[in-house]
Amino acid sequence: MNTEKLPLFRKAQWPYILAALSLFLLPLILSDFRLNLLGKFLTFAIAAIALDLIWGYTGVLSLGHGVFFSLGAYCMAMYLKLQAEDLPDFMVWSGLTDLPWFWKPFKHLWVALPMAVIVPAVFAIIIGIPTFRARIKGVYFSILTQALALVFSILFIGQQPYTGGTNGMTNFQNMLGYSLSDSSTMRGLYIITAVALIIVFVLSRWIVNTKTGRILIAIRDGENRLRFLGYDTSLFKICIFALSASLAGLAGALYVPQVGIISPSMMGILPSVEMAIWVAVGGRGTLSGAVMGAFAVNFAKSYLSETFPNTWLYFLGILFISVVLLFPKGIIGLFKKFRKKIIEREEIPADGQQI
Amino acid sequence: MQSPGRGKSKGSKMSIEMIISQIFNGLSLSSILLLIALGLSITFGIMGVINFAHGEFLMVGAYTAYVLQKIFHGQDGGTYFLISLPVAFLVAGIVGFILEKSLIRFLYGRPYEGILATWGLSLIFQQTARNIFGANNVEVTSPSWLAGGIELMNGLQLPYNRLFIIAVAALSVFVMYLYIYNSSAGRRMRAVMQNRDMSACMGIKTKSVDSTTFAIGCGLAGVAGCVVSLLGSIGPSTGQNYIVDAFMVVVLGGVGKLSGTIAGAIMIGMASPLFEYVTTSSMGKVIVFALVIVFLQWKPSGLFALKTRALD
Repeated sequence: MNTEKLPLFRKAQWPYILAALSLFLLPLILSDFRLNLLGKFLTFAIAAIALDLIWGYTGVLSLGHGVFFSLGAYCMAMYLKLQAEDLPDFMVWSGLTDLPWFWKPFKHLWVALPMAVIVPAVFAIIIGIPTFRARIKGVYFSILTQALALVFSILFIGQQPYTGGTNGMTNFQNMLGYSLSDSSTMRGLYIITAVALIIVFVLSRWIVNTKTGRILIAIRDGENRLRFLGYDTSLFKICIFALSASLAGLAGALYVPQVGIISPSMMGILPSVEMAIWVAVGGRGTLSGAVMGAFAVNFAKSYLSETFPNTWLYFLGILFISVVLLFPKGIIGLFKKFRKKIIEREEIPADGQQI
Repeated sequence: MQSPGRGKSKGSKMSIEMIISQIFNGLSLSSILLLIALGLSITFGIMGVINFAHGEFLMVGAYTAYVLQKIFHGQDGGTYFLISLPVAFLVAGIVGFILEKSLIRFLYGRPYEGILATWGLSLIFQQTARNIFGANNVEVTSPSWLAGGIELMNGLQLPYNRLFIIAVAALSVFVMYLYIYNSSAGRRMRAVMQNRDMSACMGIKTKSVDSTTFAIGCGLAGVAGCVVSLLGSIGPSTGQNYIVDAFMVVVLGGVGKLSGTIAGAIMIGMASPLFEYVTTSSMGKVIVFALVIVFLQWKPSGLFALKTRALD
């Protein structure tokens, strides 16, 4: 059994430690602007891990993770908005005179932050129970979650007095008394996000290495067999979907104070599909792949959209297609192929000596 | 939530004319959805590929109508529009055929990757349209003979353009019915849908069945694009407005059966304007989505699923 089990830290742990260390060293060399950008990418990496848990490991492609990300983000934004103004500006414009009851608790960070994790999980359970129990799977689930993304973005645009409508929420001032525009606050937020990413990574790694993780992989590879063996696969799927949603919500909550705006455009279909592409580029079914994919795609995206503002969507589209056709296992797959080649080259003389 | 009062006042005014015109608008939306969903459902049934770029073929059809209007500029009372229907079918079909040969066929049996790749394709299509025709929407003038409508009773008019849309959809479905159930090509198509390996053994060229079917599906979406241009201006994201509803039609109706797609299209097409009318347009979408989920509790694989003994 022990040999079967993948150890949490094995011999090849140094790349992880190196990567973690460099996350904390980067604030020393990067400018505020670049660091802020990197902090944003870190939250995307958390979202990518969340999606990888449900797609890469469990084999259920959710195209609605932008919704969970945004729900977390909105929870945080409500707190930040109430820090800036007693009655948010968009409510004034819509003619509201009192704060709606469900806004009131969000005055406190210790309510907003847990809610950013709980609200997405609750919605995931509400969606997950009827769909997974009815054994809706494969692309049907993807289509339904895509519709969910559309419905939520329309709903949030429509409820202008409560959500800020199309423009969403912005103009945040401070958080726990620290001004968000201060360089030190930004750096602090960056460090918090980096720590959160590491915790989420270790947590997810632990989950996929436990017996539960094995069951998740088994659901991906042969759900019916598992069901015949007596496992309640839909229960596992609901749980991992909820966990994944709450991690995405956490990512959203960390995203808002760093980026300073959240609007329904983060909730629509495009961001949700983009999350899937991060995971696919990195290599699904590997947590480090999800993180790398989120970084790689977003670096490329911010570079290309700055350099070629008119044509960068072509690059994005070509990326989508080429990942699928040329590198179906992503960056990690390329790595493994490369490493295997080196090992093979080293092993051939070794075998020769044995003879 | 936004305006329960307004919703109520609308509801109390609901008269027989309102009901009929709601049903009529619903039917014309159903017709458009049906044209889109037919292609989606058939390609998914045959190839296991969900084509997220399908809405962009609708856009191709819509822009075909626009280009033809420019070419025939100011010549007549709009016969160009009748020509644009078959032309849109051909253009969208040919584009679809080329794409099937070059890209889609590598995605067979890989549904998730298919989603990502075809989504990328749709981004490229939209950006291309933006570069050629500009980011702003353009107007296709309805032919003069489609202006006005039949006066059924006082205050109730059935516009000709919506009647025309319903007629086009009905004709397309009829032709598709003849093709699928009464032609040898359709028989081959159904055979491949039921059992690809066995049909290949019997000498059916499954690859050419695939590309023909895909092209026909895209062509139908092109026709849909043509008729959509009658209802309003068209733009690079026109396809996106309809595609999610069309997916819902496929989910509701089940895959690979004409009757299922028709039933699904009528259900979604009637339900969404109705609920949007009774509540608000955003709440209407939420209600329809919730109803779809509830419906799937009862029929998880859609109304008319192909009967099969396979587990997956």
